[in-house]
Amino acid sequence: MIFAQLFFYLFSIIMIASAVMVVTARNPVHSVLFLILCFFNAAALFLIAGAEFLAFILLIVYVGAVAVLFLFVVMMLDIDFSELRAGVQRYAPIGAVIGVILLLELVLIIGGWTVAPVAGALRMTPMPIGLSNTDAIGRVLYTHYAFLFEASSAVLMVAMIGAIALTHRERQRSKRQVIARQNARHPADTLVMLDVPAGKGVKELGILRPKPALEAGAPPLTLPEADRAAATHKPGAH
Amino acid sequence: MPIGIGPYLVVSAILLVIGIFGIFMNRKNVITILMSIELMLLAVNLNFVAFSGMLHDLTGQIFTMFVLTVAAAESAIGLAIVVTYFRNRGSIAVEDVNLMKG
Repeated sequence: MIFAQLFFYLFSIIMIASAVMVVTARNPVHSVLFLILCFFNAAALFLIAGAEFLAFILLIVYVGAVAVLFLFVVMMLDIDFSELRAGVQRYAPIGAVIGVILLLELVLIIGGWTVAPVAGALRMTPMPIGLSNTDAIGRVLYTHYAFLFEASSAVLMVAMIGAIALTHRERQRSKRQVIARQNARHPADTLVMLDVPAGKGVKELGILRPKPALEAGAPPLTLPEADRAAATHKPGAH
Repeated sequence: MPIGIGPYLVVSAILLVIGIFGIFMNRKNVITILMSIELMLLAVNLNFVAFSGMLHDLTGQIFTMFVLTVAAAESAIGLAIVVTYFRNRGSIAVEDVNLMKG
């Protein structure tokens, strides 16, 4: 019993100290690492309270996914953090005052609070005797709370789609064929057959490829009269 | 549960207050604000688990799982917004976010 209390106070002190370091560290990478330490100690407190499954879920989900996500984002963005620390001296006293007031209120509430004697009778899902914690949670979660379980999976799905939609960038890596534009294209828009007299070049007739209509995507220009007369061999006409 | 409910409540109250203090202190750094929110949610989870252990009731642990789910979704969306905002503005100073009106 004394060991449990000793470990409880050890883990809580480390957890609170690392939470303070999360908030006050200058380097955000350090504060993410202290957040990981904080979650580890919280998992130990969960173990002392008897929630073994949640302790390991906390380690796997939080340390394994969320904290690493934080670390990834902090290291991916090239941010000048010293500039972001500029207002700390201004905001810290207000935050400290509000925090102290809130802590005093909470301690007053906890000090004057007792467990209602009927609390034991009002339990919704009492822990079954002789089952492990994981087994008991599974038996409750997939029966009584199945709809909430599915709703939380929908929340995760929406979060996943939202995160992908927010951060996805369409990149033009290759030239792709737009089939609709290609089918809608008419030969007269792009193609002019000319009877070039001997000894004269296309440049002297005043026509250069590509046609400006094709470049701008605008409706085809009407040819000058001389060119229209010259454009005899339209492929569509034959 | 070998420890009473009181120490757990005090520890989680301190953790919650540290989270709130972090939000007030790092007004500009949105990543630290997100981490402070994580700390506050952790304090809530600690309360749930402590009551669950004291009353021998599994509901607290079930709700802790749902809180964990929502917190994971929230931090993923929040970090995605931070990444998008950084790409557009080149900074994550959240004091300028009110300039993003449409």
